[in-house]
Amino acid sequence: GYFLLAPKQGPVMSFFSFGQSAEIDIVLKDAETRKKVEHKTEDGKKDKYFLLYDGETVSGNVNVTLKNPGKRLEHQGIKMEFIGQIELYYDRGNHHEFVSLVKDLARPGELTQSQTFDFEFTHVEKPYESYTGQNVKLRYFLRATVSRRLNDISKEMDIVVHTLSTYPELNSSIKMEVGIEDCLHIEFEYNKSKYHLKDVIVGKIYFLLVRLKIRHMEIDIIKRETTGTGPNVYHENDTIAKYEIMDGAPVRGESIPIRLFLAGYEMTPTMRDINKKYSVRYYLNLVLIDEEERRYFKQQEITLWRKGDMVKKSMSHQAAIASQRFEGSSSAEKALAQAQAKEQEQ
Amino acid sequence: MADTIADTRRLFSKPQNLNDAYGPPSNFLEIDMSNPETVGVGRTRFTTYEIRLKTNLPIFKLKESRVRRRYSDFQWLRGELERDSKVVVPPLPGKALSRQLPFRGDDGIFDDSFIEERRAGLEQFLNKVAGHPLAQNKRCLHMFLQDESVDKTYTPSKIRQA
Repeated sequence: GYFLLAPKQGPVMSFFSFGQSAEIDIVLKDAETRKKVEHKTEDGKKDKYFLLYDGETVSGNVNVTLKNPGKRLEHQGIKMEFIGQIELYYDRGNHHEFVSLVKDLARPGELTQSQTFDFEFTHVEKPYESYTGQNVKLRYFLRATVSRRLNDISKEMDIVVHTLSTYPELNSSIKMEVGIEDCLHIEFEYNKSKYHLKDVIVGKIYFLLVRLKIRHMEIDIIKRETTGTGPNVYHENDTIAKYEIMDGAPVRGESIPIRLFLAGYEMTPTMRDINKKYSVRYYLNLVLIDEEERRYFKQQEITLWRKGDMVKKSMSHQAAIASQRFEGSSSAEKALAQAQAKEQEQ
Repeated sequence: MADTIADTRRLFSKPQNLNDAYGPPSNFLEIDMSNPETVGVGRTRFTTYEIRLKTNLPIFKLKESRVRRRYSDFQWLRGELERDSKVVVPPLPGKALSRQLPFRGDDGIFDDSFIEERRAGLEQFLNKVAGHPLAQNKRCLHMFLQDESVDKTYTPSKIRQA
């Protein structure tokens, strides 16, 4: 006979292994109460995943269930990994791991019966938000692996990370005068430059000079995903929204209001140069169309950010955790201890 | 902590001057083509069309003008604009070469229905072009629309306003 060299994954291969196999099941701590969010998969479907934030501890247990009870499962070690990785679709082979944590659950040996192992990754740094895009994907997942001589048994569980921001200190309005000399002059104004995902864009278009026959005006929200560097830069533009703000011909001195509710659209926070691999930016595109279907437009970038629904820890405690992670100084540790003590008092 | 209600009030804007609101719009530009006339005899016959322009745009020297042009004048204008401006110039109605062949049952290019079809197409062409911001400052367009005759030896230039 001859050996079939099997790849190191999962249930299909148990067909070829003559002996014991097992099923792995990963259960997060507090799974019943933990929030789940919808996230798009690569093929466009939406699935629900557990939601985690930066700094949160990732813990739970792994159930290894033997397929044939009574038979032993020999293994080369059992481990649990927490991985954050970026995958560029045009470079599938290379996964760029920016977070890679591992915990050994069992030393090489054998399992005589199904067993449950606890795991805990404390205060895991999750610096970027989960993202499934046109040319790139960033995901976080837990992976439990039972190593064996010929083929490993492993199970992955994806989780979704949202990055939260607080209200920006500086949030100036965007106000600009644009036009075509002697033909069309407008002044457009948007009340902010940074909007959270459930915010409202309040603005106005003021017509200073109208020597063209304008028929219609709309505002589009454009998402631009940029991947790659240097000569191999790909831009994917996607019009998320088209919102008519004027139907008919304006005259000089007229002011057209804008009130655009963002909560109705599927958007992510602005992502700039994530791990030097990709960016996701959003633009407001003001489009005017004249009687002869000619289009005049002005694009303006806005920053989108994600506001937290609830403040789980006090702000001082969160700030203390963050500063300890980035500074690692004794003063930061003292601040963390102080904040923890304060929390326990309350 | 209760969610703050989004402030959706309109931004402040100056009240509009009533003159601006109810006065004539600053974008008035009307171009009509009418009264086709076939001049000449035999093989040297050609058709001219009257082009009437009414406007309040400052860039046009005459607020009202009336000229006569033939199809080859339109071809010249289109050529000048394609060469000289960044405009994507719309096509003209067809040259109708087949109508210029002999032994046709009808009047060829002097057929009434053909002239009407051509008139409508040329009128549409002119309206598209004359309203284009990048064509509006071209000397060739103004000469075509408002000068007595088209001087094909002109110097191409831009109309500038003080």
